[in-house]
Amino acid sequence: MKELKKQPELKDYADDIKQCVKCGTCHAYCPIFDQEKREPMVARGKVTLAQTLLNGEVEIDKRFMENISKCLLCGTCADKCPNLVPVDEIVMASRREIAKRKGLTLFGTGLSTTLKSPALMKLMLWLGKTFSWLVFRKVPEKSGLRLRFPAPYIKRDRTIPKIAPNSFRDQHPEFIPGDKDKPQVVFFTGCMVNFMYPHIGDAAIRALKFLGINIHIPKEQGCCGVPALSSGDGATVDELTRRNFNALAGIEADYIVTACASCNAGLRGNLKKTGEEGAVLAAKVIDIHRFLVDQGLGGKLAELPPAEDKVRVTYHDPCHLRNQGITREPRAILHALPAVEFVEMKNADQCCGLGGTFSVYHYGMSQKIGAKKAAAIAQTDARLVATACPGCMMQLLDSINHAGQDQQVCHVLELLASELEKLDTGK
Amino acid sequence: MLDKKIIKSLESIVGRENVSTEKADLVCYSFDATQQRCLAEAVVHAHSAEEVSRVLQLANAERFPVYPRGAGSGFSGGSIPTEGGVALVLQGMDKILRIDEENMVAEVEPGVVTETFQEAVEEKGLFYPPDPASLKFSTLGGNVAECAGGPRCVKYGVTRDYILGLEVVTPTGDIIRTGGQTMKGVVGYDLTRLMVGSEGTLGVITKIIIKLIPLPPAKKTMLVIFDSIRGASKAVSQIILGKIIPTTLEFMDSTSIDVVRNATDVVIPEEAKAILVIEVDGEEELLEKQAARILEIVTPFGVVETRVARDQAEAEDIWKLRRSISPSLRQVNPNKFNEDICVPRSKIPDMILELERISKEVAVPIINFGHAGDGNIHVNVMVDCSVPGEEEKVDRALEEIFKATLALGGTLSGEHGIGITKAPFLGMELNNPTIKYMQTIKKALDPNNILNPGKIFSASGQV
Repeated sequence: MKELKKQPELKDYADDIKQCVKCGTCHAYCPIFDQEKREPMVARGKVTLAQTLLNGEVEIDKRFMENISKCLLCGTCADKCPNLVPVDEIVMASRREIAKRKGLTLFGTGLSTTLKSPALMKLMLWLGKTFSWLVFRKVPEKSGLRLRFPAPYIKRDRTIPKIAPNSFRDQHPEFIPGDKDKPQVVFFTGCMVNFMYPHIGDAAIRALKFLGINIHIPKEQGCCGVPALSSGDGATVDELTRRNFNALAGIEADYIVTACASCNAGLRGNLKKTGEEGAVLAAKVIDIHRFLVDQGLGGKLAELPPAEDKVRVTYHDPCHLRNQGITREPRAILHALPAVEFVEMKNADQCCGLGGTFSVYHYGMSQKIGAKKAAAIAQTDARLVATACPGCMMQLLDSINHAGQDQQVCHVLELLASELEKLDTGK
Repeated sequence: MLDKKIIKSLESIVGRENVSTEKADLVCYSFDATQQRCLAEAVVHAHSAEEVSRVLQLANAERFPVYPRGAGSGFSGGSIPTEGGVALVLQGMDKILRIDEENMVAEVEPGVVTETFQEAVEEKGLFYPPDPASLKFSTLGGNVAECAGGPRCVKYGVTRDYILGLEVVTPTGDIIRTGGQTMKGVVGYDLTRLMVGSEGTLGVITKIIIKLIPLPPAKKTMLVIFDSIRGASKAVSQIILGKIIPTTLEFMDSTSIDVVRNATDVVIPEEAKAILVIEVDGEEELLEKQAARILEIVTPFGVVETRVARDQAEAEDIWKLRRSISPSLRQVNPNKFNEDICVPRSKIPDMILELERISKEVAVPIINFGHAGDGNIHVNVMVDCSVPGEEEKVDRALEEIFKATLALGGTLSGEHGIGITKAPFLGMELNNPTIKYMQTIKKALDPNNILNPGKIFSASGQV
């Protein structure tokens, strides 16, 4: 098997750490700092913690781990940093350093055994069929998705999607041919689409088919590695990345499309670090909204007949798309849908507050950030909140429910697919 | 120094969750934007004047130093806990208490972020002009304590000009009120002015009464690119001579242009050696005329290109360019010695010449940018302190810079304060009786030297 480079260590970021001049710009953009107003929670504090850990000034104690865990990894600070300090990477490397020195005690041991084992995922799925969310709350020690939702931390009133009776990849062949002159793409599904929201995957397929795209859905693809990255489990990240590399490298595809913002960032970021060949694959990773728009979806949607009833829809920017500058494409698709009356919400670009492990260990803080989002949604009078990341969807729904509001949450692709369906039946 | 008993007392004052002695918290409050670092023994988050008062009373009884801190984004080390003790964080006091449209005043707590406040008053058609580059994150309390400035101050004045009154906890823990909310007021000493710019050494500001003015209905932002720094600095003098005071009149020299060349979407031509960012504001219909007049005045001085922002987004791009300089300087050399000298504005061309001479003589890169309109230049001596001999160069360069500044009738600091970074040079500008006068005030108000000790006056100069 091919040797791939491993995740960098914290000391490899020493130069990046020096680039932080402690100016304080990160204060203005950190969703956690906005709520808590504490320096250890913002990028500048985190970078100082990494710096002082490296020079031996601080040790990894409980408070150190707590402080490092209080980060959504939304990447906004890194995006806005005048010196482009890769704070999210430094935080992830700090978490790996914790795991290396202290073991995976704080950051969800469960995950490491789960996400890299499709067999266990299958078991989870089977369990899910039978017991669904009840099982979820009593997730066994070594179960799937445990990192994102470890049982002891899940509050009873938290809205969590059910596990689908059949996974997306089990329902679809490994290759769906399209038009000969159209691009070949791999659809990288990610865990949430595969196990929890397979209908988003269906919507993606429908949209790709609409443009005649050739679609590969390799069964051997796995988790993108974001939950493991977030929990500091470097070994698992390396293993998951190797698995994805092997699943993807053999396919002659022009693009690797994702329908989950976090998977997009995770897969691309991890592949890039593995070496030259990985970087080639990483360069092919593209968000499905951008891909569809690039392929001329907009023009084709213009042919859709006008709708009689319109529904008011607003859009939330997932951090992992916004940081890449993908903000126009999902909106362009929404604008082009005849049945959508698009309305912009205030601070659409602010993190929803999920942040993987963050929302698990710091649910209270996560809720506060979510409450701000829910209030912004309420102001728009929209009936639907569309977004482009299943993780955000889960958090948005939970925040809306807690605020006692009644908006529905969906993926942009779902709205797109339902319009395309009308077109099919119209034919 | 802070024993368990003291920590317990602090906890009983502000609550357990607001006191930390954990190393992993202390390091996060050990710095400001100077990047110098000193560890406090405890971080204390205060949420009211009463809490601040009790902390200071305890500090006097137990004799430990207290370092008030806002956003910790200062450029002179004002909030760094240089001698241990307590870092007193006021960021949690972040309420805008009232905006009084009838009287055009507002009352705020010290932890309110400058831009948050500006947005709130602008929604009501009111205006708070001081705009330090850090306005997105610096706090009003810190702005008052340092008397922050900013680009707009050339037309509108500095923080000092907008503070009507304060609630202050004295170094010994009394709660006093200075000034008031009326436009006039001469009862007793002008303690408000004493407090503004006192760098946290004479009291902890817990409430601020702010004067507001009507929000100018429109503004116009221009970027003028010159082929020489001399041309640009002469253009500045000519604008002022033309009896025009723009809202802002910022300049960037060629080295600062280089560091931000790729930082924003603004395309800068190769031959650009200096840039002026000029903004005018007021009634829409007058702006065109003002802008045209300014462009006419500067044209003879080697203008390469002129851009007038067509909308808010383009204006913001221009400003982003200017604001990106400071944090991007590290590209030149890892260590930045950042001074903010101020000279009479007619002396800007002379000062620029002096800075070029010093840079050459001492052989260090000196990057200059800042508020040309009011003579306030941000001078950045860039070195790599890990290289032997570089630090001596800095000392030499700074001394030369200050000498030249004072010789031109200027001052050591326009808006950053003295803190610890400029303390050794205080005697160059102020004579001994003046320093003594200041220290007498400090000693009278803070007999135990509790509040922000070691700032402004260097150790050797203590009374």
